[in-house]
Amino acid sequence: MTAHHRAAGRSIPAVLLASAILLGACSHKKPETAPAPAPTPVSTVDSAAIRDSIARAQAARDAALARQRAYDDSVRRANEAAASAGEQSGLRNTVTAVIHFDFDKSELRDDARATLDAKIPVLMANPDVTIRVAGHTDERGSVEYNIALGQRRAASAKRYLTERGVTANRIETVSFGEGRPVADGHDEGAWAQNRRAEFEITAGGNRLNKPGA
Amino acid sequence: MTDLKRLVMRFFLPILVVLPLLVPLAPTAAQDTTHRGVTIGLTYDPTSRPGLAVLPVTGSAGDSIRAILQRDFDYSDRFTIVPLDAADPSSFRGTTPGAELNYPLFTRLGAAAVVQATVGDGSLHVALHDVGKGAVINVQDFPLAGRANTRDWRLSVHGASDEVERWITGLKGIAQTRVAFVVGPRVHVLDSDGADDEVTSVTGTPMSPSWNAAGSQLAYSTFGTSSRIMILDLRTGKSRVLHNATPIHANLTPVFSPDGLSIVYSHADDEGSDLFVVPTDDGSPARRISVGRGTDNVQPSFSPDGRRLAFTSGRVGHPEVYIMDADGTNAELLTSFDFGDKNYRSDPDWSPDGRLIAFQSQFADGRFQIMTISLRDRSTKLLTSEGSNEQPSWAPDGRHLVFASTRGGGRELWVLDTESGRLRQLSRAPGAQLPAWSPRLGSSASTSAASRQ
Repeated sequence: MTAHHRAAGRSIPAVLLASAILLGACSHKKPETAPAPAPTPVSTVDSAAIRDSIARAQAARDAALARQRAYDDSVRRANEAAASAGEQSGLRNTVTAVIHFDFDKSELRDDARATLDAKIPVLMANPDVTIRVAGHTDERGSVEYNIALGQRRAASAKRYLTERGVTANRIETVSFGEGRPVADGHDEGAWAQNRRAEFEITAGGNRLNKPGA
Repeated sequence: MTDLKRLVMRFFLPILVVLPLLVPLAPTAAQDTTHRGVTIGLTYDPTSRPGLAVLPVTGSAGDSIRAILQRDFDYSDRFTIVPLDAADPSSFRGTTPGAELNYPLFTRLGAAAVVQATVGDGSLHVALHDVGKGAVINVQDFPLAGRANTRDWRLSVHGASDEVERWITGLKGIAQTRVAFVVGPRVHVLDSDGADDEVTSVTGTPMSPSWNAAGSQLAYSTFGTSSRIMILDLRTGKSRVLHNATPIHANLTPVFSPDGLSIVYSHADDEGSDLFVVPTDDGSPARRISVGRGTDNVQPSFSPDGRRLAFTSGRVGHPEVYIMDADGTNAELLTSFDFGDKNYRSDPDWSPDGRLIAFQSQFADGRFQIMTISLRDRSTKLLTSEGSNEQPSWAPDGRHLVFASTRGGGRELWVLDTESGRLRQLSRAPGAQLPAWSPRLGSSASTSAASRQ
C-alpha cells in the first residue's frame, strides 16, 4: 500500500519531464512548416538540422519510455513487496496464534489442535525459528497452583508440536499463571480469553519461508 | 497455680470440653458474618474472657505503650479490655496499708487482672496484679529497643504483651510476630497489629514468601521467564539465589524445613510439577520427593515436627490436599470429602500444634472459603462465608489465621480467631495476597542489641 503510493508519487515528475521533452522536440520541428524563405539554394545544413532534431526527439521518446518502464517496474515490485509482506504477516500470525483452554485443564481442545496444526508446516519450513510458549490461567483458583497449571498448558502445546516433528529445543516454555490477563472482566467471557497459551517468535523470524516453497 | 490461672481454667476448660460437641462433623453454614458474638459453631461469650485493665503508663511515650499493650491484649482474643477512661486515676492507688492498688475498685470494674507499666531507663517495668488475690503476681523489666515509636521499639513492647499473656493464661501471645505478604511486585512485612507496613527489598517479581523458624529469613520465588528460589536475610536486606534449586522453568512455593537446613519447593517444567528438597547452604543438588507423574504438585507445608508434608496435587484430575512423609513416601489424599459441587481444594497450612490443616475450598458459587481438617478424625470446619477467602496461614498460637479476603470489597488480609470467630482487617494494602505469619520473633528479629530476659 505505502510502497505503491511512493511509486506513484515518483512517477508524476517523470511523466511531466517526458511531456516537456516531447513538446520541446515539436518546437524544434517548426522550421519545417514555416513559410519558405527567399529562393536561395536549399541548404544541406538545414536538412541536417532537421535530421538531428528528429533524432533528438526519438531519443527523448526512448528515454521517456525507459522511465515509464522503470516506473512500471517499481510499481510491480511494490505490489510484490506488499503481497510478500501480507504473506509474512500471515505466516507470523499462524505461528503466534493463541490457543485457549477449559477451566483447570491443560488438555488441548479441538480448536486448539487445529490452531497448532496450522503452525507445524510453517515451523518445519523455518528450522531457524525458535518460539516461546507462555501458559496463562484465569483469575480463579490458587494463584500458586495456577503458575504450575500455566506451565502445564505451555508444555502440552509444546508436546503436541514436538510429537509432530518440531525439534524440542526450538520451543521454550514459561508460565505467567493468572498474572497477565488479556481481558479484565470477572466473568466467563473474560476468563475464557485469559485461559490461554501465547506463542512468541524468539529468533529467526525476520523473514519466514512459505511452507512448500 | 495463681488464683488468676485458676480463674482462667475455670472459664476455659468447660469451653474446651464442650467445643467438640458443638462442632458438627459436616461443614456448617458459615457463620462469621451473622452478628457479633455468635460464630463458627460455638457460642462466643465475651464474658468468658477475663477482664484486663491497663493502667496509664508513666514515663516517656507512655501513652503509645499503653495503646500498644491494650490493643495486643484485645487482639489476643483472650481478654476483655476494661476501659479506665471514665475512672479517676487518683482512685487507682490503694488506700489500705500494703495494697498497691485499689483492688475493690477494679473488682467493681470487672478486671481480673491489672497491668501496671512504667518506662524506666531504656526499659519497660511491668507489674501484673491479680485483683482477686489483691497482690502483684509477676514483675519483669523489658528492654526497649531504639527510639520510641520506631519499628524495633514497638516490637519490644509487643514482647512485653506476649509475656504478660503467658503469666495470665500459661500461653504466650502472638503480638510479637509479623506477617509477610505480596502486593503486586513487592513483598511487604507488617506487624501483627497492622502497624509498620514495610516494603522489603527483593529482586524479580516475588511470590509466596515464607519464614524460617528463627524469623530471620524469608524464602520466596520469582515469577516469569527467570523463575528462581530466593532467600532474603531480613537483617541485611539482601537476597540470594538458591543456586542449587532447579534453574529453568517455574520454581514456586518454597518453605523452610523446621530445622532450617533445607527448603522444599515446587519445580514445574514440561513434565508437570513436583516437590523438591534442597539444602539451604551446602550446595548439593535438589532432590525430587513427590511422584506426580506429569500432574501438578505444589504448596508444601511442613508438620511442626518436620516429619510430614501437606501439599496440593492435581493427581486425580483436580487440586486436592494430600499429606506424605517428608521423604515423599506414604502420600495419601487428605481432603477426600465432597464438600460442594466444585472439586478444588488447595493452599494447605499445617497448624503449629500439628492438629489441623487449614486450606481453601471452592463452593458452588465459585468462591473459595477457608476450612480446617483434623488430622485425627478428618472432621472439617468451615470458617468463612463472606466474600472469597483464600490462602490461610496460621499464627504461632495455632488459634488465629490470616488470609486474603474480598469481604471488604478489594482483596485485603484479615485475621480470624478460630475459637471465637472474631475477625479484624489486618492490611491496608489493596490487592494484598499470599500472607505468611511469622514465628514468634523475640529480639532476634530486631536490628537492635536488645535482648529479651
